Amino acid sequence: MKISFPHMGYSYLALKWLVENTGHECIVPPEPSSRTLDLGVRHAPEFACIPFKILMGTYLEVAEKGAEVILTSGGMGPCRAGLYWVMHQYILDELNTGVKVIAFEPPLCDLKDFIKKLRWVRRTGGLSVKEFVQVLRITWEKIKAIDEVEILSHEIRPYETNRGETTRKLWQALEMLDKANNEAEIQDAMQEGLKLLRDVAQDRSRNPLKIGIIGEIYVVLEPAANHYIQIMLGEMGVQTDRSIYLTSYTRKNTIVNLEGDVFQIAKPYLGEAPIGGHGANSIGETILYARHGFDGVVQLAPFACIPEIVAKSIIPAVSKDYGIPVLTLFIDEQTGKAGVQTRLEAFVDLLEKRREVKAKRGIERLVI
Amino acid sequence: MIKGYLGVDVGSVSTNLVVIDDQDQLLVEQYLRTNGKPIQTVQEGLHAIGQELPADVKIAGAATTGSARYLTSLIVGADIVKNEITAHAIASSALAEDVKTIIEIGGQDSKIIILRDGVVTDFAMNTVCAAGTGSFLDQQASRLLIPIEEFGNYALKAKNPVRIAGRCAVFAESDMVHKQQLGYNTEDIVAGLCEALVRNYMNNVGKGKEILAPVMFQGGVAANQGLVRAFNKYLGLEVIVPQHYGVMGAIGAAILARDASRKKGKTSFKGFNIQEINFKTSSFECKGCSNACEVVQFYENSELLARWGDRCGKWELHVV
Repeated sequence: MKISFPHMGYSYLALKWLVENTGHECIVPPEPSSRTLDLGVRHAPEFACIPFKILMGTYLEVAEKGAEVILTSGGMGPCRAGLYWVMHQYILDELNTGVKVIAFEPPLCDLKDFIKKLRWVRRTGGLSVKEFVQVLRITWEKIKAIDEVEILSHEIRPYETNRGETTRKLWQALEMLDKANNEAEIQDAMQEGLKLLRDVAQDRSRNPLKIGIIGEIYVVLEPAANHYIQIMLGEMGVQTDRSIYLTSYTRKNTIVNLEGDVFQIAKPYLGEAPIGGHGANSIGETILYARHGFDGVVQLAPFACIPEIVAKSIIPAVSKDYGIPVLTLFIDEQTGKAGVQTRLEAFVDLLEKRREVKAKRGIERLVI
Repeated sequence: MIKGYLGVDVGSVSTNLVVIDDQDQLLVEQYLRTNGKPIQTVQEGLHAIGQELPADVKIAGAATTGSARYLTSLIVGADIVKNEITAHAIASSALAEDVKTIIEIGGQDSKIIILRDGVVTDFAMNTVCAAGTGSFLDQQASRLLIPIEEFGNYALKAKNPVRIAGRCAVFAESDMVHKQQLGYNTEDIVAGLCEALVRNYMNNVGKGKEILAPVMFQGGVAANQGLVRAFNKYLGLEVIVPQHYGVMGAIGAAILARDASRKKGKTSFKGFNIQEINFKTSSFECKGCSNACEVVQFYENSELLARWGDRCGKWELHVV
């Protein structure tokens, strides 16, 4: 089978390995480009949000390259994204692409269906259960290693003395990880990649601002959809942490993980109302970032995304209670980054000024 | 000799240039239409403002702001480049220390800036829609055959402003046409448009913001008395329109230029006579990797001054 999947940040490297080692051919999804967007916009319903349009474009691009099956995620709850794969399938059928979309629903929602679909992937690839479990394990290790080097790159970038060096080293590290085929090789590649990043020429006398990135999963995870916001902020001298990594749940070095249940934290502001998508997360994560001493938060929301709109209208209260400024960026078809740059620069000015004022007040207090 | 500080604000619709002195006094100002040609407009504007400037004033610092701020900084020789949100806030708080809210509506963007004790604490800018900005009013004025300068006066004459949908520029336009076809008079429609614009602004950028007086209303659109009245009505207070409402961004830049050049001890300003210089840009697609970055090259005559647009930094170059 020729199998493809959505492009989400650098995860494609691990997913490619998964598909290939399950006995299938992988059609690697290209990084979303203006062509992806053109295709997506042309064939998607006008009122669909940007993740739908980018995915639509990606699916059509991989269909052109011969993909027969697309593996993606489903979803449940009030956000319409849970229905997206169905719509994508309709449109792919209408365009006679012959591509079949297989969506994995959350296992807790329909375990049988989840297992059935996994079994299909395994059997058509000709793997035994044992072999398949091993492949899944290595894939997971790979995803973890990819996240690990990316996280470090966002920590180091604001200190770099030559613009772009961190990003270039990150690409090198990812290339090495791409070539790793077992757990030992992944470990080696990761260690070497981390070292490459640590060796970037840095000015450690800087005291970078810290900004948390929250919002809807696709625009948070896919740099091509969010104007490479973490790189942009990093090069403006800001350290960023984003709320979502594919491996967030298992790690301790990200702010947002299972340790603190974001839903529980968001509860005082939401009550029992389920607002779907990552809306509740956005509220809880703003609180978490404030508690961890971050200077500010940037919320990324697809234009017309209902969960994020609801979150946006609640966030001013959170922002006031916890004293953390939040900037919301709505993301749509625009590819010009000047507008985003302007807002981010102004936001950074605001945060820097706040820090100055705070420091001054601190000194005054000491004097008194 | 008097020291002057130049601020240049190049936006989508207008290019504003000002020179201020050490006491924040405006010495000269120029307001030009950008017409999609920022380089040429800046050259013309600089020449014009140089002619106008008293002979005993010497430029001791320069700064640029607005959406073409980086490009312009290369032409002008700026000591500092600043985003327009910060520039507007600086200009307003220099004028009135206690200002708590700034409403700024320009050609294609509208913003709200919240200040407390002279420090920006929050801001928002319209993101994906240009409804509620100057360009929209411009279009509707020409559709109604009213010179944009007269637009406000029409609104002031209205007795019963017509309700017009303001959420989206396209919907507003068709709604307005329907009301015209039903025979409502132009004054009431114009006033209705002003109210629609204010409603849209408040629902869009103003949402969730704590708007406290004094409120300053600036940007080119503040010339419109109809809008001033609509804002007063909506907010239930009197907005303040500063004397130089149209060039506040440039004034903010000039103030920043003063601070920056003092810190630097000199200025990079290239002088007013640059209209002879041929500035041009060219671009190419980098073939280095699959990102295919569009790299822009900026030339002064035949000399390559700067290059930007690449993500990896391979081509990046700043001679100045």
